[in-house]
Order: sequence, then C-alpha cells, then structure tokens
Amino acid sequence: MQSRGSINWRVLGSQILVWVNCNSAGLSNPTPPLSPTNIFSPASTPAKSIFGLSLFVLAVTGAIFLVVFTLLLYSVVKFRKRKNDDGREPAQVYGSNQVELAWTIIPILIVVALFMATARVIATVQKTSPPGNAIAVTAIGHQFWWEYRYPELGVVTANELHVPITDPGHPTPTFITLLSADTDHSFWIPRLAGKTDLIPNHPNTMWIDPQETGVYLGQCAQYCGTQHAKMLLRVYVQSKDEFDRWIRQQRQPAVVSATASQGQGIFETTACINCHAVSGTVANGRFGPDLTHLMSRDTIAAGAALNTPQNLRRWIRDPNTIKPGSLMPAMELNDQELDALTAYLETLR
Amino acid sequence: MSTDALALPRMELASRPVVSRLHDWVTTVDHKRLGILYILYALVFLVIGGIEATVIRIQLIRPHNDFVSPQVFNRLFTMHGTTMIFFVVMPVLFGFANYLIPLMIGARDMAFPRLNAFSFWMTAFGGLLLYFSLVGANGLYGAGNAPDVGWFAYAPLTSRTFSVGHSTDFWTLALLVSGFGSIGTAVNIIATVLCMRCPGMTLAKMPLFAWLNLVMAGLVILAVSPLTAAQIMLLVDRYLGGHFFDTQAGGSAVIWMHFFWVFGHPEVYVLVIPAFAFASEIIPVFSRKPIFGYPVMVGATIAIGFISMSVWAHHMFTVGMSSAANNFFVISTMAIAVPTGIKIFNWLATMWGGKIEFKTPMLFCIAFLFQFLIAGLTGIMQGAAPFDWHLGNSYFVVAHFHYVIVGGILFCLFGAFYYWFPKMSGKMYNETLGRVHFWLFIIGFHLTFDFMHIPGLLGMPRRIYTYEPGRGWDTWNFIVTIGVFFQAAGILVFLGNLLWSYFRGKAAGSDPWDAWTLEWSTNSPPPVYNFASIPVVKSRRPLWDLKHPADPDWKYE
Repeated sequence: MQSRGSINWRVLGSQILVWVNCNSAGLSNPTPPLSPTNIFSPASTPAKSIFGLSLFVLAVTGAIFLVVFTLLLYSVVKFRKRKNDDGREPAQVYGSNQVELAWTIIPILIVVALFMATARVIATVQKTSPPGNAIAVTAIGHQFWWEYRYPELGVVTANELHVPITDPGHPTPTFITLLSADTDHSFWIPRLAGKTDLIPNHPNTMWIDPQETGVYLGQCAQYCGTQHAKMLLRVYVQSKDEFDRWIRQQRQPAVVSATASQGQGIFETTACINCHAVSGTVANGRFGPDLTHLMSRDTIAAGAALNTPQNLRRWIRDPNTIKPGSLMPAMELNDQELDALTAYLETLR
Repeated sequence: MSTDALALPRMELASRPVVSRLHDWVTTVDHKRLGILYILYALVFLVIGGIEATVIRIQLIRPHNDFVSPQVFNRLFTMHGTTMIFFVVMPVLFGFANYLIPLMIGARDMAFPRLNAFSFWMTAFGGLLLYFSLVGANGLYGAGNAPDVGWFAYAPLTSRTFSVGHSTDFWTLALLVSGFGSIGTAVNIIATVLCMRCPGMTLAKMPLFAWLNLVMAGLVILAVSPLTAAQIMLLVDRYLGGHFFDTQAGGSAVIWMHFFWVFGHPEVYVLVIPAFAFASEIIPVFSRKPIFGYPVMVGATIAIGFISMSVWAHHMFTVGMSSAANNFFVISTMAIAVPTGIKIFNWLATMWGGKIEFKTPMLFCIAFLFQFLIAGLTGIMQGAAPFDWHLGNSYFVVAHFHYVIVGGILFCLFGAFYYWFPKMSGKMYNETLGRVHFWLFIIGFHLTFDFMHIPGLLGMPRRIYTYEPGRGWDTWNFIVTIGVFFQAAGILVFLGNLLWSYFRGKAAGSDPWDAWTLEWSTNSPPPVYNFASIPVVKSRRPLWDLKHPADPDWKYE
C-alpha cells in the first residue's frame, strides 16, 4: 500500500507542481526553467525518493491546512458580533470530552502515517551500501573551497566534481565520503541529493546516482565563515566515456611548456607553493586547490568567477576583488610578473 | 509598606524631582515596574534588531549587491538572531509574566522581589555587554567587532583558530550573564505561581496565563542550564586549553550542536508558550466565552513541555546521525504536533458560537491562529527528516521560524500590548492607529515571509551575504525585501500609538474589556499593593461571577 500510494502522489503531485517542475524524465537538457537548484526536479535516486515523500507530506499538510483554515475562517465570519446585537452574552460552553478526543486521535493517526512514509525514505537513502563498481570520492571542505579526491583512481582536483552517469540497468553510483579540514560545511546539490554536513573529526557519507548528463549546481549550506556565500558547488555528470577520458587526463602529470618558464619560476619562488600543488614540480602545498590541471576547470575561486585569463589575473592580483575574505593573500606582484604567472597557469591543462 | 503607599497621595508622587523618580525606577523591586522595565528594554532592542534585519534585507534585494561587506553581513545576522531571541522576545515575555502573574493570581508581588530585580539587571547588562562588542572587541578586522559566528555559533568556528580576537567572548559572556537572569526569573515565576495564589484559587482555577507561564518557567530552567554549561565549556576551550569542541585536538563539533539544540528547541517553546498564554486570555474575552476545554489546554501545554525536551536533534538531521536516531527525532517532532493541534482546535472552539469583537488585540490573535497553523504545517514538513535534508539551513527554514516567531509570537505580543496597555498605563490606546498597525504589519509580514519559503525550495541556503543570478531567486528576494518596509512602518505606527496614547489617550478605567480575570478588578494602573484587600475566588473567572451573580461559573466548573 505504501509504495502504490507514493507513486500515485507522484503522478498527482507532478500535475499540481507543473509550474515548479517542468523537467520531465526524458529530456536531455538538465536545467529546469525555474531554477537550476530546484528541489522539485530531482535527477538522482536520493533526490527522487525525497521528492516522492515531499509530495506526500505536502498533500497531507495541504489537506490539514484547507480543513482548519476553512473552519477558522467560517467561525470568524459566522460568529462575529453583529450590528443589531442584543448585548447579551452568548451561551457559555466550557468544553466537551468527545470533541477533544476526536481532535486528539485523528492527528495521532495522521502522525503515524507520516512517520511510516518518512521512515521508509530514511531507510532507502541511509541504508544503501555501495555496489562493487561504485565510484568512491572523498570530498573535503575548506574555507572556502572544495577538495575532491578519487582514492581508487589516483585523482586530486578541486571545486568541480566529475561523476559518471548511472544507467539503471548497470548502476555506477558515486559514494562520497565527507570530511572537513577546518569548520563545518554542508554539501548540497538540490537536484541530486539532500544536504549532508562536512564536520571536522566526524566523517559522513552520502551517495548520488545521476541519470541525466549535465552540470548540477549547489553551494555550501552550513555557515563556515566569511566567504560561506561564495563556496559554490558544481557537479559534472558525464557519459561513461567522457568520464573515463577526464580521469585519464587528470592522471597525467603537469605539462610544462618552455615558454612559461618565467612564470613557473615566479610561482615556485613566491609563497604560491606553500598552499598550491602542481604534480611533478616542487609545488606541493595542500591548503589551497591543486592546480595541476587548473585549465581543465570552468571556474576559479570555488565557482565565484569563470576561468578566463582576465579573471585569473585579477584573482592573483587581489583575490578580495572577487571574493572578499578569501584566505588567499594578494601577492603584491607587478604587472609583468602577473602576466608571466598567468601565462604559466594557463599551461596547466 | 503597603499602608505607607496607601497613605501617599498620587499628586505628591508626581511632583517629586525627576532624579528622585528615576532613582525609584532603578532601585525598584515592584513586579509591575520591573515588568515595564523589561518591556521597554525589549522594545529598544526590537528597534535595534529590526534595523539589523532591514540592512540584511537591503543587501539581499538583488544578486551581487554590495550594500554591506560579507564581514558586516555575517555580524548583522549573528547580532539580529541573538538580539531578537535573548534580548527582545525573552525579556518582553518575562516582562508581561512579571507584570501580570501576581495581578492574575491575586498576589501583592512576585515571591522574590529582590531576585526579580537582580534577574532584570542581569538580563539588561547581558544585552549591553553584547553591544559593547562594537566598541570593545578587537578582532580579525580591527577594533570594534560584533560577533560573527551565527546565533548558534557552531564549533569549531568559535575556536580561537577561526575566531580571532574577542568578539566571540562578548557573545559568550552576554548569553552567560543573561542566562543567569533568565533562570532567576524562572525560579521566581514557579515559586510565585505555586505559593502566592489568593484564597480559593486552586491550581485548577488559575487563569491559563499562569499555568502556561509555569510550564514556560520549568522549561527555562531545563533549557537554559545546558546552554550556560556549554558557554562555560567554550570559555574553557578558548582560554584554559580545554578540548571540548576543539576538533583539532580530538574534541567534537557535534557535541556543541547537541548542547546548543537541547537548549535551542525547548527555547522555541519557552517563547511560544507565553504567546499561547496571551491568546488564551484574549480570545475568550473578545469571543465572550470561557476558554474551551481548560483541563485539556493545561494538559496539552504540559505535554508540549515534556515532548519539547526530546526533539532537539531535528535541527541536526543533516549532521549524519544514524537512521535510528533520525527516526526517533522524526516521531518525537511529529508527536508535538498533536498537543499543538489540540490548542488550535480549542481556540477555534472558543470562538465557535461566540460573539467576536474585532478590536485590535483580537485582530492580532486571529491572525496568529492562521499564521501559527501554517508555521506548524511547515514544521511538520521539516520534521520529515529526508525532506529536511533539503529544507534544513535553506531559506525555507528561515521562513518557517520567522512564521513562528513573528507570525505567531510577535502577533500575540502585539495583541497583548494593546490588550493590557490600558491596565499598565491607565490610558486607552488609539483604535484607528491600532488597526493601521495591524494592516501594515500583516501585509508586510506576508510579503516577506510567505515569499521567503520559495527561494528555499529553489535551493537558496541561509546566511549567504550575496547570491548568484540565474538561480531563480531574484524576484522572490526582491518581494521579501519590499515587505520589510511595510513591517517597519507598522512598528513605527505601533510605537507612535503607545507614546501618543500614554500622553494623550483617554482614561481607560479599571475594566475596559468587560473581562473576567483579577487584574481587571483593580485600578488602572494598579496601586503598588495591587489589591486593597486580597481577593477570594471561587472559579476561573472571578469577575464573571461578580458580574453575573445569578449565573456564576463555579456552579458549572
């Protein structure tokens, strides 16, 4: 009965919420019209189970609202003091045990139904263990960026998470271990799953199995310090082939062209390497994002700006112009050094 | 003492020098004066917290706005939350409880008048300490820093590593100091209600107001104590090398969350139960009927009190608890909807068959019923843990708890202001201005907080100083900000009404509402000694019995 009820609600709900959810299952464009972060257009099993539950809860609470709202409105209108009132007090009624019993028992039954539907979804999402071909990712929250590690694939990257699409017949879900390097953060891609916090000293896990390719957006959902607002999340869901190609490319050591040796010199002799790593070079800092394949990313500063040469230069010159309160210091380089350094970073493909 | 006051003519009181009269206020131990001090103090902080909210909303009116910097924005929401909870709503509720409980139970004062004064001044200095951080706290961004760790101040953001300087210490100490004040007041309310009732007033014949405040006071003791303990632990961490919440040294960030929310959730009921108390007094009088189901109302309140102690981790559904723990907090959270629903139905049944008069206090209480219904239902949505994995920490939750605190508690409070203003000041408020306030505020409230749910459903997290365009959040945020100006206008009309009526209002008389509880049997404002002779009661509505000698309540109760 539970599951049939839930499917019915989903059908009914998608009609009610058609203005919210214009993204039907077969479309290849994953961006719904109203918002790219709409919780009512799920594209992954955890988000879909929550969506089913949310429609059930909305329907029940909506029904309660209609009944009680109508009763309230009726009594306020019907029992208002009239103009031709005779000035006598109305009948003094002190209570009724039968009525009290009715409006105690009915809510209890509603609560039990809601609880059972909820417990089922908690089990679906929390009690799933990774199948053999699941992708394992470790996500580490930093003030104010994301580090992603693929321990089984030997890849370290930042801010843009790549995962393969899941084919329902042959699922390749991604299981994410959530850690924090400093304060509390929260990982929330509304179309893929509910949020889970990244808490230092308290590892958490979550999983996603996106069924449509595309870029899924989100952002840090737990206040983590000054630049909490610009700690944006981007998840790239790719076809199996594209994902494999991306992994192969990320595993290459850094390509260094001779033309950028001046910039590389600046990079390796200023404080850049205290925080940033470029594999195969002396740069092995871990406080900031790994830059080995910086140019393979669409954005910089945890999604705060597009990864264009102008933005990159501006970011290096003074990060505060893009993200005030970011922990990256302005290195006080002159124009010529900035040009050389930007040119070097642009070779990190 | 009371005979002295009796002998002293009023004219003589009024003609004493200003300094001498101020001295009376500062040194007073009279429950009515302390009540008014609490209320005035809370109104000052209401304006301050309101200005903070307005600045927050101006910053969010459009994406990538730069009205304030992220640093300032983070301090603003921290100060707004802390101010509104600890230095507006709690003091104003304590003020009304202080003022009204002795009058309603036929007593001459609270049980411990000096403790009462001590509690008020602790709370008052706590608020001043918090705002002194603006001049006194050197911090990361230079001298003069308000705290910026959020009102629930999650570890390890509060550790000295991430919160340099002293702004967090001002936050901690302010809450510690005002916490002592809150516990003192709670002890006082419990002792007063249990020991100071007039002859004939058994527990079952107390006004609901006294019952509900008794439950509230019990919750204050249970809830504020863990918060106070946690503040001391945080101070130990910051200054004595403790590792309670220091995750770098094996401490636990999650244990702070437990400490905070085991305070934080009962705190919601500490705030809302007195609001229920106002509604339970105002709705019967303006419906001209006794409260429906008095014993059930008392039972439901006690049930809410108990259950509210076991729901705290529904604030933590996203921190990675086991599914068993999640299930427990889902069922306990949803269970609290049952007694809360019973209360709404009982107020509804109180109006049913009555003759409802739409005076300003009743308008606010009716709006409260509708809004609290919605707030409860959005609460159920978040009680379903998986749904909360989306809604938690989004703008939906911000909309939800403002629906509770503004749409529920503040509306009841406005009702209480208008209802008891004639008693406290002896003057009648201006009914037209009261209605203007009501309509401005209800329009502003719904513009702001109805539309605030939507960006939450569209993925907007709270506590962000700015947001990206193209997420579908822009229009909603614009509407939300517009609503704030209506609310601000409403508050100005409200304050204007109080001031104007105090100086220019008509004399109210002792019983302007034809009401039934004991405070209306004495003068407005009541004399220092409250009652010339201690009343003796036979029912829950002693003034009804007096006005209807042929048909008294005690024959039916």
